[in-house]
Amino acid sequence: MIAEAGLAALWLAAALAALQLGLALGIGGAQGKAIASIRGVAVAQGMLSLAAFVALIILFVRTDLSVLLVAENSHANKPWLYRFAGTWGNHEGSMLLWVSVLAIAGAVVALFERRLDERSLSATLAAQAALALGFFAFLLFASNPFARLNPAPLEGRGLNPLLQDPGLAFHPPTLYFGYVGLSVAFSLAVGALVTRQVGPALARAMRPWVLGAWVLLTLGITAGSYWAYYELGWGGWWFWDPVENASLMPWLAATALLHSLNVMAARGGLRAWTMMLALVAFSMSMVGTFLVRSGILTSVHAFAVDPTRGSFILVLLTLYIGAALALFALRIGHVKEGTPFDPVSREGALVANNLFLSVILGIVLVGTLYPLIAEAVTGEKLSVGPPYFNATAGPLALILAALMMIGPQLRWRQDRAAIVPRLAPGVVIAIATLVATFLLAPDITLLARLGLALGAGLVPASLAPLLGRSLRRTPLAIWGMCIAHAGVAVALIGMACDSAFTREKLTTALPGEQVGVGPWVVEMRTISPVAGPNWTALEAELRASRGGGVSILRPQSRFFTEPVTTTSEAAIETVWNGQLYAVLGAQDVATGRWQIRLWWKPFVTLIWLGGVLIALGGLFALIGRWWRGYRTRRRLSEAGS
Amino acid sequence: MIVRPKHQRLVLVSLALVALLGAVLLAMWGLSDRAAYFVTPTEIAAGKAAGGKALRLGGMVEQASLVRDPDGVTIRFVVSDLNAKTAVRYRGITPDLFREGSGVVAEGRMEGDTFVADNILAKHDERYMPPQMANPAQRQ
Repeated sequence: MIAEAGLAALWLAAALAALQLGLALGIGGAQGKAIASIRGVAVAQGMLSLAAFVALIILFVRTDLSVLLVAENSHANKPWLYRFAGTWGNHEGSMLLWVSVLAIAGAVVALFERRLDERSLSATLAAQAALALGFFAFLLFASNPFARLNPAPLEGRGLNPLLQDPGLAFHPPTLYFGYVGLSVAFSLAVGALVTRQVGPALARAMRPWVLGAWVLLTLGITAGSYWAYYELGWGGWWFWDPVENASLMPWLAATALLHSLNVMAARGGLRAWTMMLALVAFSMSMVGTFLVRSGILTSVHAFAVDPTRGSFILVLLTLYIGAALALFALRIGHVKEGTPFDPVSREGALVANNLFLSVILGIVLVGTLYPLIAEAVTGEKLSVGPPYFNATAGPLALILAALMMIGPQLRWRQDRAAIVPRLAPGVVIAIATLVATFLLAPDITLLARLGLALGAGLVPASLAPLLGRSLRRTPLAIWGMCIAHAGVAVALIGMACDSAFTREKLTTALPGEQVGVGPWVVEMRTISPVAGPNWTALEAELRASRGGGVSILRPQSRFFTEPVTTTSEAAIETVWNGQLYAVLGAQDVATGRWQIRLWWKPFVTLIWLGGVLIALGGLFALIGRWWRGYRTRRRLSEAGS
Repeated sequence: MIVRPKHQRLVLVSLALVALLGAVLLAMWGLSDRAAYFVTPTEIAAGKAAGGKALRLGGMVEQASLVRDPDGVTIRFVVSDLNAKTAVRYRGITPDLFREGSGVVAEGRMEGDTFVADNILAKHDERYMPPQMANPAQRQ
């Protein structure tokens, strides 16, 4: 019953999306009542999608094996959290989540957006409905999550053990909210282009969505990176895997958009460019969805290989991106020019930021799609990995970090005052760090050296905009910018430390033997069997000591029965200045020795700390902007009454 | 020296075009020698894989070919695509699903007659086969 109800809710929601599109197109210059009905339809559509998603959650938590999706991806003996999170640990469920978020975002715009004129709002809701309609069709015709299985099997197949981790409960929803939050920026841009209302009001309406989506994308990427780091057991935190790139590309576009929106909201400039970025950002979300969900990529994220799904998403993608770009080309001539500015100004720096972010985005996009295109055109199979991305995107990211030391300290429009004294603290610290790395660590790579120097210089430079202000009266948005920029500095230092100072030891040991890595001495104490809720494992007890401190690490080699798989569970000991990372390998049958792999990673934790700071800065800006808007509205209404 | 509006849009558009062109050129430069080509033992036997270039070797791990060096962490095995065989050397912990008779993709480069792998990928679960693997198998 629940499955049928969920499917019915999905069909109804799709019908409402079609109705919403028709209403908005039909009445064109929607007035009064018409816009109210469009609003109602959008809200109902959002609630029905949510109902469908809740129905699927119930089926998963109850492990209703008469539903094909549940039978294929779940098992009654899984812990509760994984039965729940398993709802989106598969293709159909994750697409349902995606579409639900899209519909709910539309409902929120319909309910709360008051800054736009009614024509632009109805055009925006039409665009959002058009997006939703395509993805509803994809679910209903190519990925029905509620399909029944008759007869029902006695046992489910279980969840891929790599996905059996608390991270699964948060990582995909966070990223999806981020991806799909960008759909509103897309729809707002389409709406404004249709009604020729591209101006600062639009930028202010768009900003909270972009900020919110960007915060969630940042958190999702940071969490995904840490998850891969401890779950895969390879000691790396970013692999330039196409799936990682799929989340990085919308983030890069959203970061650029966020900065150009500020120019548009504050100064009315960069209108055409901002519209382009708004279209590109959600297009990148769709490209990401296509890459991950089409099954062309082979990774833990590619749940199923089904060519019809790939072609379906590809058609949707081409349709939406093509239509949006065509609209852009038609209307861009009508978009007004903003206030002019001097090259040396805040706007000038933000243009540079946007150009560099776009170039990095282009490089990541080309590198990610190249293997697919090369295979389609020449039949040649190849892969593009870290050597390409590090060599091309790495130096550009460093230039961007250098620009970041300057940009926030420039004034709007033109800056004729002496700039050098303002920049001095950051530059001096950067140069001092650079000299120090040459003296203290003569054989690290140039990229790591520059990363350390720029990171160190960027910390004071990020906080410089707070100088000379009354800290209590500084707007929250300025705090947000400073925290986010300092977060970039912290993450950069972490990345540089990881690449420059990591020590690795790969060896074999018997219980009782000692292994050294970096400053640590690690003794293998015992190997013993342990059991979990639906796995058994061999667990090593490692006693790691450095100076006075002693810690115990317990890496495991886990064996799952549904489905039959083994995974390694790395053990990670976090200390103030880094992490000790241990993986247990196989036993050599001949000698009885156990393989162990150890890493000492100084300050690696700064990478994720930086990511969290960046997201926190975005959150501050979001709250600050909202609070300002709220106070202004209240003052206006008080003055009016 | 604030630039006049008409002029400014022109400047910005040309900057964007230059950036786009720069991105494409940079990407092409990067891809020209940093993309790892997928090869099979047959292609290596035919001399198609130059030494020193980054490659991905795919095939089946030959039965009874796996030997472990005395250091305990270096393994040697033979990858076969039924037509030809390539010897592989790898230092590290093998992935959980790596075993004789199953599919493997090794990343690395040719050194003489041996393929030296930096990384070994095995299939993630029993149902799954990488597309790169499926094709050579179909050809036979």
